[in-house]
Amino acid sequence: MIIYGTALLAICHLLGIFLGDVLGHMIGVKTNVGGVGIAMLLLIFARLYMQPRGLLPKPTEAGVGFWAAMYIPVVVAMAAQQNVVAALRGGPVALIAAFGAVALCACFIAVINRMEPKTDSDPFAIEPVTVA
Amino acid sequence: MLEIFQKALQQNGLITAFAVVGIIVMFSGFISRKLTFGRVHGSAFAILIGLVLAYWGGIHTGGQKGLADISLFGGIGLMGGAMLRDFAIVATAFEVQATEARRAGMIGVVSLLLGTLVPFIVGASVAYAFGYSDAVSMTTIGAGAVTYIVGPVTGAAIGASSDVMALSIATGLLKAIMVMVGTPIAARFLGLKTPRSAMVFGGLAGTVSGVSAGLAATDRRLVPYGALVATFHTGIGCLLGPSLLYFATKAIMGG
Repeated sequence: MIIYGTALLAICHLLGIFLGDVLGHMIGVKTNVGGVGIAMLLLIFARLYMQPRGLLPKPTEAGVGFWAAMYIPVVVAMAAQQNVVAALRGGPVALIAAFGAVALCACFIAVINRMEPKTDSDPFAIEPVTVA
Repeated sequence: MLEIFQKALQQNGLITAFAVVGIIVMFSGFISRKLTFGRVHGSAFAILIGLVLAYWGGIHTGGQKGLADISLFGGIGLMGGAMLRDFAIVATAFEVQATEARRAGMIGVVSLLLGTLVPFIVGASVAYAFGYSDAVSMTTIGAGAVTYIVGPVTGAAIGASSDVMALSIATGLLKAIMVMVGTPIAARFLGLKTPRSAMVFGGLAGTVSGVSAGLAATDRRLVPYGALVATFHTGIGCLLGPSLLYFATKAIMGG
């Protein structure tokens, strides 16, 4: 049943938000601390537990998958209700912050990838063809 | 006749929002294919159009909620509100393959942490340089430089104002677009050749849409590896943004 997947997602979501609120309360701030992140971890663990036990048939997965696929459209709707007028008055902050972040990250990527040990074998060949 | 139609749209706000966003996404896909030959991901255009519509809505009504302030598009407010947004983000965690992720090992974790810290510091510093010197605004804009999801999630959690949130999203969006366009151009410099390098890239470059689109334009085989690490990126950002990074910023800024 497709609702099982959506319900699983909802339970992880609520539990994560709850734990985030509890965590915030414990630290002494009146905010939710990482509730969304905790919910994501819960969902990953739920899947790790349930999948090998055959508790995740296709329809159940689709109940989560639909909402995962709605991620970009929801973000589009989110973008459409932002106070862009006020943001643009903020000036070139966004542009400079974005460019700075990308440029610096690119340097880090280049340095880390240059440290990778060289091999003659095709790295893609050893990967089993599990693309299904 | 037109009035009846308008009433139907208004009374079914959320449904109207689905239709409107669907049309925006379709149109964006068209632009992506025809104008940039798929090089810039359709979702980037869709979000850009969303921001442009928000601008138009803001000019039109003088309100603070962009397009959602126009009563005809009120449902956009519900669809893109915190509840459905967080729900959809949590759902993406389902696509993470834990066994694959484990293979990334230490370097994946290191690049993920660097990919959260480095953009955050740059974003928060730039925000400070431009006069956003309170901890909440600095954290929100810094988090926006991590991804355009982490920004608003963090901002909402610590109570940032809507204009700072918009700035934060704009930062994340610009970053995603830069990653999409820049990746194929900078692929040699970045050393993007192996699954491992793609995971490093996914961890440091962040945004799933930016990473998957950028890698797709470089080498299709790299996409799942980069996207895999990148999906953790948002979760880690959402976890660290309103907590550790906020407290650290607050401690440094003294308020």
